[in-house]
Amino acid sequence: MSVDDKDIVLEGIAASAGIAIGKVFLLEENFCFVCKEVPKSFREAEKKRFDDAIEKTRSEFTITYNRINDVLGENYARIADVYLLILDDPTLKKNVYKLITDGINAEYALFKAIDKIIHFFENINDSFFKERKVDIQDVGKKILANLFCKKGKNLIRVDEESIIIANNLTPSDTVSVRGKKIAGFATDIGGKTSHTAIIAQGLAIPAVVGLKNISLLVKAGETIIIDGDKGEVVLNPSSKTLLHYKNKYDLQLSRTVELEKLKNLISETTDNHKIFIFANIDHSDEVPLILNKGAVGIGLYRTETIYFNRDSIPKEQEHFDIYYRVVQEISPYAITIRTFDLGGDKLTKMGLLNLGFESNPSLGLRSIRLCLKYPEIFISQLRAILRVSVLGKVKLMYPMISCLAEVRAANAILNKVKEDLRRENIKFNENMEVGVMIEVPSAGVVIDSIAKEVDFVSIGTNDLIQYMLAVDRVNENVAYLYDPMHPAILRFIKRIVDEGHKARIKVAMCGEMAGEPKYTPVILGMGLDEFSVSPSQIAPIKKIVRSVSFMDCKTIADKVLKLEDSKSILKEIDLFCETRDINT
Amino acid sequence: MKEKIIVVLNKAGLHARPAATLVQTLNKYQSVIKILKNDLEADAKSVIGVMALAAAYGSKLKFIADGPDEYEAIVTIENLFDSKFGE
Repeated sequence: MSVDDKDIVLEGIAASAGIAIGKVFLLEENFCFVCKEVPKSFREAEKKRFDDAIEKTRSEFTITYNRINDVLGENYARIADVYLLILDDPTLKKNVYKLITDGINAEYALFKAIDKIIHFFENINDSFFKERKVDIQDVGKKILANLFCKKGKNLIRVDEESIIIANNLTPSDTVSVRGKKIAGFATDIGGKTSHTAIIAQGLAIPAVVGLKNISLLVKAGETIIIDGDKGEVVLNPSSKTLLHYKNKYDLQLSRTVELEKLKNLISETTDNHKIFIFANIDHSDEVPLILNKGAVGIGLYRTETIYFNRDSIPKEQEHFDIYYRVVQEISPYAITIRTFDLGGDKLTKMGLLNLGFESNPSLGLRSIRLCLKYPEIFISQLRAILRVSVLGKVKLMYPMISCLAEVRAANAILNKVKEDLRRENIKFNENMEVGVMIEVPSAGVVIDSIAKEVDFVSIGTNDLIQYMLAVDRVNENVAYLYDPMHPAILRFIKRIVDEGHKARIKVAMCGEMAGEPKYTPVILGMGLDEFSVSPSQIAPIKKIVRSVSFMDCKTIADKVLKLEDSKSILKEIDLFCETRDINT
Repeated sequence: MKEKIIVVLNKAGLHARPAATLVQTLNKYQSVIKILKNDLEADAKSVIGVMALAAAYGSKLKFIADGPDEYEAIVTIENLFDSKFGE
């Protein structure tokens, strides 16, 4: 203990939010090696030694891959893929071999080869890319450890509530602490998008990186504070600082507990108006994640990823195999499968069809239009969806409908497919619900006609807003005009909800607007039945729903629907939230 | 020899994961594939080389494939970039 308690604040980069107070666990990994001359007759053996170290490292990475895959899913596991590719990098290998051929020992050859690459990366101006050098350093270290036959200090022996301090942490280190209550991480190197940061965020463990030399400044066992919100680490904290952070920590804990508690609570307002919060997904492997976040179904399953990276249009059985897994995993909850929603330009580029050049693909032959023109694409998907319809609560949704005739044409194909299945004695749910996405303004105008012929509608706000306001939101020159609170948008949504209800069908919203907590009271007040949002937004939206009354929401919805510009609408929403102490 | 100029359109650029996807995909082709960005040149089958290009959003890359499956390789590259690497 120092003479008196005086805070030493180290500034780093906030990598993963939250406060952690705990005892230091130092992860050291320093190797000592020298440059040695290898006699000519041993150089081949030296290369073999290097190859062996690569193979050992490969099996370690594979284990890491599987572990990350189990804990966080495939998207995170792809990080380990990068490591494997660096390990097999032809340039790196060639350089190491060359140095060994020149008579340098494997350790030093590797060090020199990596050093050269690192030097190159350090001269990159873009900090995001510059940071990738850390991955290369990590791989180098792992190979080096295997050349030395040395195991790094094992994190499995770490005590609970420890704060792990290291020069750097590899994803395998980070993920190996799963299941233990690690309080936090702090490292000398790394940045906001370093892999350790991404995984720490996934595990919700506070982390500060880029602290330069923290691993040299702390002693094992001393108490330190990590502020993952500000990106600071406090060494030798005074009792006053400790108390300050203890309070912050408690607050954070209660907030986490609150969101965690929400997971199993129904989404209803204080006056018992129930709504459904579903998830939007792109991949079949997202189902465990969304269930864990408290989703009570899938409101939008985008099937486009099935068409990517392939050289032919997917066959019925391929569709079926993928849907089978999703439907099984989400059952007993409902899933809405949206049919093919790609542009013809995409298929042409992918070499799957040749539709010629379109000068304006977003207004071109795409989505449902393409399905109606080339029914074979549509039919294989419809057959697969009908076949899985007996396995759970499966609903079907057509995208980009612009008029009633399209609904009827799509349904005519669906009915024909049903007839075929009956003839083939293949079971399907005769009462499978069929709905449409409302994302083309004309469909919203004739919603009264469409609503009579479908089982539900879902408002796709992203495209609807773009088409209504004639704004490409990716175009930075006009992106400012993309405004979900434009009175035209709000009035239009209100109309869709009202007409849907008149026809006694449910009205959902699956665009990004549904996942923005700020907008929740207003769209809730307009009477929307279902919200389908990205997985991370389920709890925040539910929190808002549970903290407002439907009556109040109706009042504010009515109020903003009368306002004439989005600025005053937003002001009204802010006032609403402030007076109710709602944090959006 | 086949060439193709491609503009990087995924938000974070050709960062680690897209670079990995690109290299993994191109490893399946026999052709020698190079990427040029301004005065930099990289072996498209070297993930370190690809990341070192620091190809951010909007970068213009020239792919040059040379070998028996050069045509297929270029088409695959276009598809990958069009799909924004599935991100």
